[in-house]
Amino acid sequence: MADFLFEIGLDEIPARMIAGAEAELGKRVKELLERERLLGAAAEVKTYSTPRRLAVLIEDVRAKQADSEEQLTGPSWKVAFKDGARTAAAEAFAKKAGVAVAAIEKVTTAKGEYVGATVKRVGRAAAELLAAELPKEVLALYWAKNMYWRAGKPERFVRPVRWVVALLDGAVVPMEIAGIQAGNASRGHRILHGESPVVIGAPKSYAEALRVAKVVVDVAERRQTIRKALDKATRTVEGARWREDEALVETVTHLTEWPTVILGNFEAEYLALPEEVLVTVMRDHQKYFAVEGADGKLAPHFLAVLNIEVDRQGYVTIQHGNQKVLRARFKDARFFWDTDQKTQLVDRVESLKNVTFQKELGSYSWKTEQNLAVARALTAAVQVKGVTLDEAALLKAVELAKTDLTTELVKEFTELQGVIGGLYARAQGLGDTVAQAIYDQYKPASTDGDIPLTIEGQLLGLADRIQTITAMFGIGNAPTGSKDPFALRRAANAIVSILAESGLPLTLSDVVRACGPVDANRDQVTAFLRERLHFFLKDVRGFAYDVVNAVLAAGADDVRDAIARAEALTEARESADFAAISAAFKRIKNILRQAEEKGFAVGAPSDAKLAPEAQELADSAAKLAPEVALLRDERNYGEALGAIATLRPAVDAFFDKVMVLDPDETVRGAHLGLIASVLAAFSGIADFGEIVTG
Amino acid sequence: MPASEVELSTKPTALTFQELLFRLQSFWAERGCILQQPYDVEVGAGTMAPETFLRVLGPKPYRVGYAQPSRRPADGRYGENPNRLFRHTQFQLILKPPPANVQELYLQSLEAIGIDLSKHDLKFEEDNWEGPTVGAWGVGWQVMMDGMEITQFTYFQQCGGLDLDPICAELTYGLERLCAFLQDVDSVYDVVWARDPDTGAVVTYGDVRLEEELQYSVYNFEDADVEKLWEHFRLYEQEAQALLARGNAVIADEKASAADRRRFPLISTYELALKCSNLFNVLDARGAISVTERVGMIGRIRNLAVGVAKIYAQQQAL
Repeated sequence: MADFLFEIGLDEIPARMIAGAEAELGKRVKELLERERLLGAAAEVKTYSTPRRLAVLIEDVRAKQADSEEQLTGPSWKVAFKDGARTAAAEAFAKKAGVAVAAIEKVTTAKGEYVGATVKRVGRAAAELLAAELPKEVLALYWAKNMYWRAGKPERFVRPVRWVVALLDGAVVPMEIAGIQAGNASRGHRILHGESPVVIGAPKSYAEALRVAKVVVDVAERRQTIRKALDKATRTVEGARWREDEALVETVTHLTEWPTVILGNFEAEYLALPEEVLVTVMRDHQKYFAVEGADGKLAPHFLAVLNIEVDRQGYVTIQHGNQKVLRARFKDARFFWDTDQKTQLVDRVESLKNVTFQKELGSYSWKTEQNLAVARALTAAVQVKGVTLDEAALLKAVELAKTDLTTELVKEFTELQGVIGGLYARAQGLGDTVAQAIYDQYKPASTDGDIPLTIEGQLLGLADRIQTITAMFGIGNAPTGSKDPFALRRAANAIVSILAESGLPLTLSDVVRACGPVDANRDQVTAFLRERLHFFLKDVRGFAYDVVNAVLAAGADDVRDAIARAEALTEARESADFAAISAAFKRIKNILRQAEEKGFAVGAPSDAKLAPEAQELADSAAKLAPEVALLRDERNYGEALGAIATLRPAVDAFFDKVMVLDPDETVRGAHLGLIASVLAAFSGIADFGEIVTG
Repeated sequence: MPASEVELSTKPTALTFQELLFRLQSFWAERGCILQQPYDVEVGAGTMAPETFLRVLGPKPYRVGYAQPSRRPADGRYGENPNRLFRHTQFQLILKPPPANVQELYLQSLEAIGIDLSKHDLKFEEDNWEGPTVGAWGVGWQVMMDGMEITQFTYFQQCGGLDLDPICAELTYGLERLCAFLQDVDSVYDVVWARDPDTGAVVTYGDVRLEEELQYSVYNFEDADVEKLWEHFRLYEQEAQALLARGNAVIADEKASAADRRRFPLISTYELALKCSNLFNVLDARGAISVTERVGMIGRIRNLAVGVAKIYAQQQAL
């Protein structure tokens, strides 16, 4: 058994792509070894990465494939040997199999006699196989953005390949990737180690050899180092804490090979700017962590993660440089904030005419008019159901929602649109309800993000998005395949999330209807929202795909109701009785389909004298149906499903004893009528036929 | 820990603005680059000068460095903002094809201008460059030093709508920023441009450029005559289109000799496209272009640039 190390060295890989590529490389190498029967039983796959490298270390790799035997079968014996003499077919088979004609065996199968041969295959060496196969696997790695670099454009990869290490125990596995020959020499930290090669003696000494060269190759270790260093640097300020930001920790982990942290300061006067602006500047533009005091408010400090270890002079120099950059950015932000205050949001409504929403549709002024109409319709729809809200504030918020697009601050920090509008609305005394709705309009930003806090914000968010989706579908911009240039799926996901998590009594079709009369386009939009509901249940809430299919087949309009049914069904399906019912319902559906194909008439259970088991099923179902209907109406889905499961003995007995498709037309019609009525009575919560039973 | 206890690694005795340029030029000249002078037609970036836009096309290896004054009318701030300029200077470097150690060479160039890399934090952060008006894009990084972008480093993949083979590395050093960083001054106008070796008297960037920054801003934001700018744009565009039509005819004409084809004034056609590009930028700064028109305008300029690139590639193939 041997250890295998593979490292590919590149110009700096974009931080956002590293984690995925590291995992994929590990998977590909492991699968390759498995495929080639080279992976030992105790094999462990460890992967590493830094901005300049991806690596995988596998212990317990076989140095050589085991020898094997393969049984080949050729043409029929009669063709290969005519009257005992071999023919050209026999010779061709022997040649192809790599055996002497004399070694051909007779193979007897049910279909007759054939020629056969046992071929011994000598196992190939791991080094040879890896050299031949691994480069293909590496070059097949997925990258969100690729480039060419060699003349003649032989391959594309995320960045140019600069070195390759491939070691099976102490020996280099000779291979070539993108023109680079594998060796045993890696590279260390650009500055702290310099350009001299880092020779790896054996696969297992990889991480330590690079540590000496000032590179921590283990991502988890770097992440931990950074977290500890952030803690330590923050402790120099009394009572302070750094703002947890997992995504930023990931980014800086993938931007560094030898991370350290400095604490920097800025003038307290900048704290007068809204926290959102300060944090955005620090996080998005500078990749700094924000620091808060014991009161939870921002403190005039920041933390920067460095890719170097420096002496005192270096520390002060780097701190000074970072502080200078941040100060300039804050200064710009404050200038924009002050400039923007000179024109109130209400005075910016007119200028939305000059901001294009979509070339073929119109400006943001047009968009605002449309949103107003939708918001009014949604308001009416929820008011009918007893919801109270501040309609005037909602309409004001809709009217002003897009005006921050004309502000300097949003032009500078586009990711803060909505938030800036909300902050300005508050600063300009437009009231909390208006300000909060504007502030929250783009929430949730992701499927697991928070939805708008207030009803007004939720309605604004719904109106804006459904208007966009409907209008975009109207001009043929519906998403297709992986193409969704207007992020309409994200918009629809947000609609589903808001309906799922708010208390709004709106269905998907209520939301679509708010855009105006139903036409073909609206049907398309409704179907699109339902598809997103499917995605939400399955991928966001994690329900099993068959549960999702079953639930949505029985109704896909009321989001919260669909969730409740999916929850109940997920629990119910665990019981043996319920699984049997599901199987029976599937059978019922199949029989009904067959009957329809054959043109069999479906009658009523009362048309014929039924067998006792059939009568028993009819009676049980008739008794249970109103009970289940009541529970269903009360949305007590758990109990309703439990009640349906009690039907099992009757159903089982029916299918055991009764031939449904009886030759007698009347009896058959009565049976079909019976099972159709059972299906209809109990499929209101979910279509159990969709449930996959083991 | 007051900073004064420890001396900063960036010092006021750092290179002057002109010394910075000299050092970069000699560093790269020693590595086989020819040095060009700034291009004498208005451009928004060093990429648009023909030394980059045209030379990156086709198979011929080329290495060139030049300082390029680059005009960004919308970035003008009347000389009041310490970091934003209407016209800044890019030191533009093209290495075609890029050597395998191009990043190491780049780091050496930083050492050559007096940066002690062991006292700074350097990162290559993903930043993919795209120039829609010239049909060009590439992948690369913004090089960050102590939290500030000091260089744009791009592996060019396409230019003038044509795939590049070989590709090239484009390094763009923003000289004003870099110098403000080296000299540790808060305003670009305080950058020492030159120091008299005898008297030590200094001339600052502000002494040399402040007045023109003010005047350019006044023109671009207040005085530029929108009607006339449109008219100029149309005139330049028409002439460029007419030339392109003739160029394409010459290239397509089987009876035309190689000499006929070489005579076609490609460079002048390209300059007309550059004029359009600059006028577009002024119109944009003037607020005369709506978001809708913008896309169309970029497309018009791109068409000219792509037309030029196509003819250039065919001339080179002669």
